Amino acid sequence: MGSRSSHAAVIPDADSIRRETGFSQASLLRLHHRFRALDRNKKGYLSRMDLQQIGALAVNPLGDRIIESFFPDGSQQVDFPGFVRVLAHFRPVEDEDTETQDPKKPEPLNSRRNKLHYAFQLYDLDRDGKISRHEMLQVLRLMVGVQVTEEQLENIADRTVQEADEDGDGAVSFVEFTKSLEKMDVEQKMSIRILK
Amino acid sequence: MRGRRCGSLKRRTRLPGVLCIFLSLEVLPKSSFYTHTNKTSSVPETSAVHSAEVSAGLGALLLELPRDCLGTGTAVALGPPLRTSPEWVRRVMEGAELAGKILSTWLTLVLGFILLPSVFGVSLGISEIYMKILVKTLEWATIRIEKGTPKESILKNSASVGIIQRDESPMEKGLSGLRGRDFELSDVFYFSKKGLEAIVEDEVTQRFSSEELVSWNLLTRTNVNFQYISLRLTMVWVLGVIVRYCVLLPLRVTLAFIGISLLVIGTTLVGQLPDSRQYRPQKGGICVANHTSPIDVLILTTDGCYAMVGQVHGGLMGIIQRAMVKACPHVWFERSEMKDRHLVTKRLKEHIADKKKLPILIFPEGTCINNTSVMMFKKGSFEIGGTIHPVAIKYNPQFGDAFWNSSKYNMVSYLLRMMTSWAIVCDVWYMPPMTREEGEDAVQFANRVKSAIAIQGGLTELPWDGGLKRAKVKDTLKEEQQKNYSKMIVGNGSVS
Repeated sequence: MGSRSSHAAVIPDADSIRRETGFSQASLLRLHHRFRALDRNKKGYLSRMDLQQIGALAVNPLGDRIIESFFPDGSQQVDFPGFVRVLAHFRPVEDEDTETQDPKKPEPLNSRRNKLHYAFQLYDLDRDGKISRHEMLQVLRLMVGVQVTEEQLENIADRTVQEADEDGDGAVSFVEFTKSLEKMDVEQKMSIRILK
Repeated sequence: MRGRRCGSLKRRTRLPGVLCIFLSLEVLPKSSFYTHTNKTSSVPETSAVHSAEVSAGLGALLLELPRDCLGTGTAVALGPPLRTSPEWVRRVMEGAELAGKILSTWLTLVLGFILLPSVFGVSLGISEIYMKILVKTLEWATIRIEKGTPKESILKNSASVGIIQRDESPMEKGLSGLRGRDFELSDVFYFSKKGLEAIVEDEVTQRFSSEELVSWNLLTRTNVNFQYISLRLTMVWVLGVIVRYCVLLPLRVTLAFIGISLLVIGTTLVGQLPDSRQYRPQKGGICVANHTSPIDVLILTTDGCYAMVGQVHGGLMGIIQRAMVKACPHVWFERSEMKDRHLVTKRLKEHIADKKKLPILIFPEGTCINNTSVMMFKKGSFEIGGTIHPVAIKYNPQFGDAFWNSSKYNMVSYLLRMMTSWAIVCDVWYMPPMTREEGEDAVQFANRVKSAIAIQGGLTELPWDGGLKRAKVKDTLKEEQQKNYSKMIVGNGSVS
């Protein structure tokens, strides 16, 4: 039987994770609890299959891309620090973060720039730093399934790339991506607030 | 036999441990004998009476055995005085005799206070007193905990609220933040946010683990967030452990042992009687309920007899299943066998067509859910026809968590957890019968019944399949989302 509570002592490297991601102790405990609930076979890490079991994620058109974002560099497993690192991108931006901005410290994971970078990487599959027309088409196809014809989709992709592309190379770089979304309230759209 | 009551009647059943089932099994074989008709002329009338005596005699035998055995044993061992018998042998003998006396006193007490009164339907009021004391203790404990913890952490204990702040607006609103209709680079934000939200918390996965309590009920297994508060509380907890393991557990284990032996023996005997399966007057209906644990079955059978449909199990569960089949016709099948499913439907149809057979008991969710919600009802049971009698079952989690997480615990460790809880308390609602209406297909009918049960039991209703516990979700659901999105960017947009 035994207790099912998650104690800080059970989470390895809790302090360094907290510093890196900025999550509070309570949020970290909650996420650890969730990590263990998803890890059905108690392996200590998550595989792609564990994430695919989540119903609401499997029906998300970008579900596969999101799952991929947890496995950078071709790895097949994600441990708890890796899991939290991705989720940290979606931590809401608190006022305290912007105030105590130390120029020497690395940018927090949930900064506007890093949030945009996460979204950028959902498009840029080959990680070459640019979203080509082909990659744009791929993401569009994921989101609409079989509902839209190839021609219509190509039109949409062409138009989007043209609007964002400034240096005329036919692809959208990260800088161009950021520029086209200047007016967007990224901090609010890409934030998940964990209640106590 | 106590008849089943139809209609929206709420019936509160209290079960210290697995008491009731064994009592019902105690009652069942006996009452069946009394309604035995003289259809079977080949069997003498007196066999019915004899069988009743046999099973009662068996019970007595179990109790008498220890006393006799030890009595003669000690006599024989100490018969001819052995001059060289060591001191410790005699001590052991005396110890054994003492143990025998304790055991027989214990069994007589159990028989006298529990078995006999329930056989005759008399209540001594012990359960009620126990429950009153328990409730008072738990209230006191809750007050101590609330006084002990600082104010902010009390908010933490609202376990019914989700752990993330959700924006439940539909896709259109979420996407059309600040733009017109067409596709924008930022659309990916919406989907990625929804995806990450699902990873942090989803409606389904949480249903397959035990419910978190708002306040602690002094059981270690439900202690998720609660820390040390005061010495007094710890003392009460220690006392609770002693009571649960040294008093309640042996009591329930004794009853379980008696009950299971009687079940296996009794059903074998009943099965021997010719035509013993045809003697009940039947309603030919189907009883449908939400599923939380095998105890649901026991609760429903205390109030009536059913033919059951379910997954074949191994181990202790399998023994019980095979024993039950000897006395009444049940339908046990293998979920993954396609051929099995068709066979099952055929058999069920035949079963209800025969008006003399027992009503069928089915759990259309197909698996155990943690009693906070009702999941998708599989349409198979609703295609058979016949009247459906819905039943809603809701456990009170304060006294003990009845949910069987079959991937985590096997049957025996689950039973152990049950027997060391304070009590299992549940509410059972029998609802008015429903039939399929004109122009309604099986899926819609299933959803209608599911809503009715969810509303009655105060549970949330989810469209997801309970089978997600074991398997992945189907692709058709993803296509719906894709369709929605496409309509937005193409249907209304100015795409040439």
